[in-house]
Amino acid sequence: MVKEWAEMTSEEKHEALFAKWIAPKDPDGNDLKFQSPQAEKAFKESITRIKDAIQMKKLPDRVPVFVAPSFFPAYYAGITPQEAMYDYDKCCMAFKKFIMDFEPDGNLGAYVPGPGKFFEILDYKLYSWPGHGVAPEQSYQCNEGEYMTADEYDKLIEDPSNYFTHSYLPRVFGKLDGFQMLPTLTGIVEMYGVAMNFIPFGLPPVQATYKALFDAGAEALKWMGAMGAFNSEITAAGYPIIAAGFTKAPFDVVGDTLRGTRGVMVDMYRQPDKLLEAMDRLTPLMIKMGIDTAMMAGHPIIFMPLHKGADGFLSDEQFKKFYWPTFKKVMMGLIAEGVVPMPAAEGHWTTRLEIMSDLPKGKTLWMIDQSDIAKAKKTIGKVGCLFGNVPSDLLVVGTPQQVKDYVKNLIDTCAKGGGYIVSNGAFFDQAKPENVHAMVDAAREYGVY
Amino acid sequence: MAKDLRKTLADLKEDEALAIVKERLDAGADPMGILNDASSAMEIVGERFSKSEYFIPDLIYSGEILKKINELVKPKLSGEGGVKAGGKVIIGTVAGDIHDIGKDIVVFMLDVSGFDVIDLGVDVPAKKFVDTINETSAQVVGLSGFLTLAYDSMKQTIEAIKAAGLRDKTKIMIGGGQMSDEIKKYTGADAFGKDAVVGVSLARKWTGTK
Repeated sequence: MVKEWAEMTSEEKHEALFAKWIAPKDPDGNDLKFQSPQAEKAFKESITRIKDAIQMKKLPDRVPVFVAPSFFPAYYAGITPQEAMYDYDKCCMAFKKFIMDFEPDGNLGAYVPGPGKFFEILDYKLYSWPGHGVAPEQSYQCNEGEYMTADEYDKLIEDPSNYFTHSYLPRVFGKLDGFQMLPTLTGIVEMYGVAMNFIPFGLPPVQATYKALFDAGAEALKWMGAMGAFNSEITAAGYPIIAAGFTKAPFDVVGDTLRGTRGVMVDMYRQPDKLLEAMDRLTPLMIKMGIDTAMMAGHPIIFMPLHKGADGFLSDEQFKKFYWPTFKKVMMGLIAEGVVPMPAAEGHWTTRLEIMSDLPKGKTLWMIDQSDIAKAKKTIGKVGCLFGNVPSDLLVVGTPQQVKDYVKNLIDTCAKGGGYIVSNGAFFDQAKPENVHAMVDAAREYGVY
Repeated sequence: MAKDLRKTLADLKEDEALAIVKERLDAGADPMGILNDASSAMEIVGERFSKSEYFIPDLIYSGEILKKINELVKPKLSGEGGVKAGGKVIIGTVAGDIHDIGKDIVVFMLDVSGFDVIDLGVDVPAKKFVDTINETSAQVVGLSGFLTLAYDSMKQTIEAIKAAGLRDKTKIMIGGGQMSDEIKKYTGADAFGKDAVVGVSLARKWTGTK
């Protein structure tokens, strides 16, 4: 008997999502046909290995290995980031070559570059991308700004969706200018006067915005078609994708996206209560974002890139007051629905490790970059699975032997008792391919339990 | 009697600090005196940051308060501001990289430590660094970068400085998210600073300022 989702416990949901992940479907909803029995075996072994590492109930057969790049697959395949963003076939070719050549237990799919033309159609301003603000050979980079002004917290708190529609989106997408004129949709409640709400849709600026949206939607669909085909292909070849999608810590939503680093930091002094209230308001939205994506993908893991809570970015008190409570709530909200949060502690988070260990065991997967990994093992590592810590600089300027020695040391430090996955620590663009191979090989060589 | 601006600003008490400035200006005080107090308050902020009593938000907030003080004082100022006693330091994020948060913190710390900082901004071509060294005769250059892609850009910048015959006259430090001593060697820089505090002590050492 299959239980209805709503009747399941968190634990049952957690298991059900892993069961879905290990038994992938094709686009028609039938069981996916693997390329070979070996591919199917490899796929299931990798997922079982990852699952055992995450759940920390029993040891995997060996330490799993991830390779989590940014634009490395493009450089490795000899194409520029610009080509990867504008030619979806080339992008998929590059990421396929990368996965087939390095054979990690988990990969990130081919989503990183994203659809260049889509960003162009909507005149996206939050990022500069190859050919639009950075050179064709460079990766895209964020243009932080105060896209939300200091006096707009009340508007955000009152109705986040309405605020995004009318204020935030038109500021970060030039072509969504017409959204400023849209009606508040919750005003559409009666026969009487209802047509008034629709007048904006007759106005040229709004129509121009919708025209751009149709084009953007068509482009996004085209891109997603390429990604979907890519996912099916690499899954059929036996290579699991690590995460279904992402959500964020509320402090980072404000600090990265809305107010920027400077803005959010000054708000902690000038209007702390508003900032806290806004983060409370965003928390259920971030939980829902993660859960919806996991459900749609039939995949338990949701990525959470962590930024503005790193060492030095906040004092301990500020971290405890502003960053951790809503970040934890988002993770607990995901866990309650069986989803595994995968926070990536980019940069240094050594001073935060103890605080962030206050979580149920076997429910989280942490990407650790340059934090003290031995301390991470003794803190978060007691309750959650760790991956990462192979440094970007070592992958670029080190030798394969140095990489192997580093990984061996990592395995000695972290793999005892399970709960560790070998991986690079930060999403990287550049690396010597032989060093990436050395990382993967070392996991296989030294990581057998 | 007005309270101590130095202490109030160093303690990040925005409203009080601004009230003191207004009070002193209304009483006809010398605007330069106010700015001197403010700048010694910023020195205290820098010291507290070096001792890990203050963190990045404290630096940024103190900068915001200072900006407001400057707005109040500026209309009353007659001549130029004071000349910086420390040496000249050129700072920029290298070509291809547009990240600025880390760089801005180093600029801030050097500035409050008395250095004359020439901030070239982000995505700075190697030639711009070379030209600026020629124009200013700065002894210290700081290269900032966040991406692994910045490794090569830093290397090329340092090669360009060398090709221009300026390498012996300049000390070069690097910093940023994915930098390390290994990358220092790779790029040919003189030092890697893991944070802004190290950046300031390197600049002090190289320029012989205390």
